[in-house]
Amino acid sequence: MTKKFKILYKVSIIILAIMAAMLLGAIILWTIGADVAKTYMVILFEPLKTSLQITEVLIRAIPLTIIALGISVAYRSGIINIGAEGQMAMGILGTTAIALLFPTLPKPVLLPMAVLSGALCGAFWGFIPGILKAKLQVSELLSTVMLNYIAAQFYTFFLRGPMLDPAESTLGGSGTPQSMRLTKNIWLDRFIPGTRLHTGIFFAIFLAIIIYLLLWKTSTGMKMRAAGASARAARYGGISVTWYLVIAMAISGAFAGMAGAIEIAGVHRRAIEGITGGYGFSGIVVALFGGLHPAGIIPAAFFFGLLIVGADMTQRLVGVPANMVNVLQGIIILVIVSTKMVLADPYLMEKVWRRYQKLTNPPKEVEA
Amino acid sequence: MEVTTKKITSLRVEHITKRFPGVLASDDISLSIGEGEILALVGENGAGKTTLMNILMGLYQPDEGRILINGEEVRFRSPNDAFAAGLGMVHQQYMLVPNMTVLENIALGYKQAWSPFKLDLGKVRERIEEISKKYGLFVDPDAFIWQLSVGEQQRVELVKTLCLGAKFLILDEPTSALTPQETDELIVLLKRMTSELSIIFISHKLQEVKDLSNTITILRHGSVVFQGNTTDHSPSDIAALMTGHEVELPHNDEPPCEGAIALNIKNLHVKSDRGFLALNNLNLSIRSGEIVGLAGVSGNGQRELAEAINGLRKVEGGEILFYGEDLANKSPHHVIEAGMGYIPEERNTEGIVPSFSIKENLILKDASHPEFSKHTFLRNKEIETNATDLRVKFDIRSPNIAVAAGSLSGGNIQKVILAREISRKPKFLIAVYPIRGLDLGAAEFIHRQLLEKRKEGIGILLVSEELDEILDLSDRIAVIFKGQIQKILDRKDATRRSLGILMAGVKDDQEI
Amino acid sequence: MNFIENILSLAIPFSVALLIASLGEMFNQRAGIFNLGCEGIMAMGAFLGMLIPYSVGHGGPTPGIYNFVGLAVAMIVGALFGLLFGFVVVSFRAPQGIAGIGLQMFGVGTAGTLFRHFIGGTQSVPGIDSFNIPLLSKIPILGPIFFSHNVLVYLAFLFVPVAWYILFKTPWGLKVRAVGTNPRAADSIGIQVNKVRFQALAVGGALAGLAGAYLSLCQAKMFSDGIIAGRGFIAVALVYFGHWNPVKIMGGALLFSFAQALQLAIQGQGINFPYEFAVMLPYVMVIVVLAFSRESQLLGPTALGQPFNREKRT
Repeated sequence: MTKKFKILYKVSIIILAIMAAMLLGAIILWTIGADVAKTYMVILFEPLKTSLQITEVLIRAIPLTIIALGISVAYRSGIINIGAEGQMAMGILGTTAIALLFPTLPKPVLLPMAVLSGALCGAFWGFIPGILKAKLQVSELLSTVMLNYIAAQFYTFFLRGPMLDPAESTLGGSGTPQSMRLTKNIWLDRFIPGTRLHTGIFFAIFLAIIIYLLLWKTSTGMKMRAAGASARAARYGGISVTWYLVIAMAISGAFAGMAGAIEIAGVHRRAIEGITGGYGFSGIVVALFGGLHPAGIIPAAFFFGLLIVGADMTQRLVGVPANMVNVLQGIIILVIVSTKMVLADPYLMEKVWRRYQKLTNPPKEVEA
Repeated sequence: MEVTTKKITSLRVEHITKRFPGVLASDDISLSIGEGEILALVGENGAGKTTLMNILMGLYQPDEGRILINGEEVRFRSPNDAFAAGLGMVHQQYMLVPNMTVLENIALGYKQAWSPFKLDLGKVRERIEEISKKYGLFVDPDAFIWQLSVGEQQRVELVKTLCLGAKFLILDEPTSALTPQETDELIVLLKRMTSELSIIFISHKLQEVKDLSNTITILRHGSVVFQGNTTDHSPSDIAALMTGHEVELPHNDEPPCEGAIALNIKNLHVKSDRGFLALNNLNLSIRSGEIVGLAGVSGNGQRELAEAINGLRKVEGGEILFYGEDLANKSPHHVIEAGMGYIPEERNTEGIVPSFSIKENLILKDASHPEFSKHTFLRNKEIETNATDLRVKFDIRSPNIAVAAGSLSGGNIQKVILAREISRKPKFLIAVYPIRGLDLGAAEFIHRQLLEKRKEGIGILLVSEELDEILDLSDRIAVIFKGQIQKILDRKDATRRSLGILMAGVKDDQEI
Repeated sequence: MNFIENILSLAIPFSVALLIASLGEMFNQRAGIFNLGCEGIMAMGAFLGMLIPYSVGHGGPTPGIYNFVGLAVAMIVGALFGLLFGFVVVSFRAPQGIAGIGLQMFGVGTAGTLFRHFIGGTQSVPGIDSFNIPLLSKIPILGPIFFSHNVLVYLAFLFVPVAWYILFKTPWGLKVRAVGTNPRAADSIGIQVNKVRFQALAVGGALAGLAGAYLSLCQAKMFSDGIIAGRGFIAVALVYFGHWNPVKIMGGALLFSFAQALQLAIQGQGINFPYEFAVMLPYVMVIVVLAFSRESQLLGPTALGQPFNREKRT
């Protein structure tokens, strides 16, 4: 097989995959009678038209990056974390609690403490499915989903009860359960005037570097990857697979928790119902789309931030509901996992290669 | 499609070629079998025997060539077509559904008993009885497959194939999991069957080939290297043709060893995956500087023993004393640190992480060792030097040390494992089927390495079902049967025959 | 007595969506496919089930037949979603867990998008009403508990023995069990493994669609984004809990709906207990149940989650 053919083959499969994804999305768009081309244009390019909107895309990319980093650590260690949504909610609660309890502490103390508290709450919420899988073989796919629902109820309970903004309980409230505005001492700075872009972006990049070092430059990371790539071989090699599985889930949860902490410290500055808004699920798509590698996750997070902002605009500009972004994310997962398998199938490549050979150089007469 | 009732008087395969990625599995193969004949298809592992048979059964489509039955060309698009033409195959790995009964397993292929909303199991039962009587093959139709022994499962496979109307049998290494006595019974049965059927019989056990077949075809690297009548050739001729050169593996000619006891296993009890006792009061001790061969039909507790010693399986009772320390129920990490080296049975999935590079696999057990990491950060330079050295020393054939270990050939994967285990300077080595499926060159290399380690004073437990391998290398030979050591013999006292009888579970102190 | 009667007469209709969906998932898993996208198919079913009668009657009285057209459409689209999943995990052999999440997002997203476009806001439909079976419903206590439900309730419970029969007593059931346990064996004997898996996925998808439509047409009589509320995932868990056996799965579905009914009844009694913790209960129960129900290795589909590739040599 020639190198040229291999590249051609891979590129054509990726192009086919993109076309399949766009076609599947187009079917839904046709069903609601929308202008397909225009909808895609709006989603992909409209948010890039003004610098204000670009910062909005970046703001969404921040939690997506952090969550996806965590999910990729878990995925690489052999456990699929679908519970980032719940872990993020727990992280927000942890952060809010610290901010409400110690509003007078100076910023250099309070901010790290609040973020750490968020990380710990998220880690705890990730630890539960990890330990359940390690000790009792409970499928993490199901336990993390269930923990999302449970966390959502915790979140509502705290926001409607102990953490409810006192202003909301009187008649003049906004009607949305939320905490009071948190102390300025945990606010992240917005460093471009007139936009909401906050310093959390640097923190996200910092975390990406940490994850890269952890997974590829340390013995711990190597063991985690071994546990994920082949649990049996890892066990044989003296690596405690279950231990690393629990650790990976805790790290994954901690990242989702931190994403929540950064989100309220940078954007909302208070805990509000519905803040997690599907970031946990989008994080899975970002992690997969980014090839489970920090260097891929950062651009992938930007791309999905773009989709989220773009989908918000489609309602106004082309009459397509914003839920369309969920449709696209679902499609993208289905297409990515399929494409990965097709690309990794040597049998198919061999078959195509033989066809290709027949096409390019017709067989000479074989001597009998 | 209706199953034909016509006898198969001749089957011919002409110029069959089949390619897999990077492998020419069948290369222009032709052969022919007449009525009532038994053809032995012989060759080493990977010679292409099974691929050829899967083509005959319609499981694979050949890239070139054709198949003729009674002189007429046939095309098999699926196994259904092959059944309809009267072919039937007993695969090496039995094709039975464990959580279904014998009856249901046969019903799965017996389409005469199917109607859209009902499965006529009574009809299947009648068919089984008919076949059982005709060939003297009795099975319990209501037993679940998982309850049956390997020998019984094979009988079910035979009955199944015959129930589906086979007039031509293909048997893929039918004796590989049988005891010598079960093997003898099978051979008698098959000979009797030739009054009704023709048979293709795949094997690499030359004695059976001599006993059973009329003609012989030898494959090597996917092509036919020899065809002829069985009676005209001796087993050693056939062996030479099979491997391409005279079989000459290194021998252990050293005097018996007098070293201290390294590994002492006392009253070991271990459960299998299915929950029954796979090791039932096993006792065995091995000195340093000696090779003990563990002979036995696979499935008699070999895997469980190796796993229990290495901390990979729970020990229910007994002790594993390693230089005085009890290793029972210690973690794999603990056992590794105690100086145990282990070449596992499943080299592709257990011995290496297939997606990891060679250099990563070579430090799989030592990633946290100060030699390769400092403050948890990996020391890349040392890791590369280690891999480069070992690659040369162990003759690992690969483009470089960064390629995925899973992309290597079986022999080279085994060398990676061996390199890692030996370079860790173990005090003891457990090698499970170390040369199974390898080409002779790699096998010879691995045997030489094991003998060298023995000379250096390392104790070795060699698990194998190849009696030649055991007889070549061992100082003493322990025979395992149903989770117990049947007997331990010195090499000079052991013969193929005496070992075969012990492996079958006959414990006879009389001279045989 | 009245309290218990209340709980039981609620628990039975509550169990129906779970029961239908998990019987569908059971066929998937018996054939070796782990379909975590059940939740998404149910969302599509719920939306389509109510869309048909809604667009005919616009919330007002609708001829009953349109409800059943709605159910049928929900089942057809559910089956199509099952086949779509088949392309991904059977044809392309993608890992099933993560692909299931993709299908879930796709289904829930599509249902939400179409709902906003075609219906817009909170709209209710008359839906399918319960009816009292003559005589039987008059029996004290037992009557209200067992004999005054809508027709789907009876159908769902009737489907338990039917599913059992299909699985264990028909050639198709035999094939499904074979391809989910030892696909190589099934293949060697001439069964088209992937074809059977596609069929099982279509059946499972149709049932998931029906379960979703039950929620919108019989239980809530409306559609909202969160209408499925994790029932699709609970249905998957119930299949494990019930060891792939229709009767045990029914037991699991009843157990869960009983807990749910109990929770509502307790609230109805005015006991002061945070509402949120009561809502959590079924989800906590799933985790507890999964932790303590051991898979019986010998009887289940041992090839669950493994794609089949004949030419892949091991």
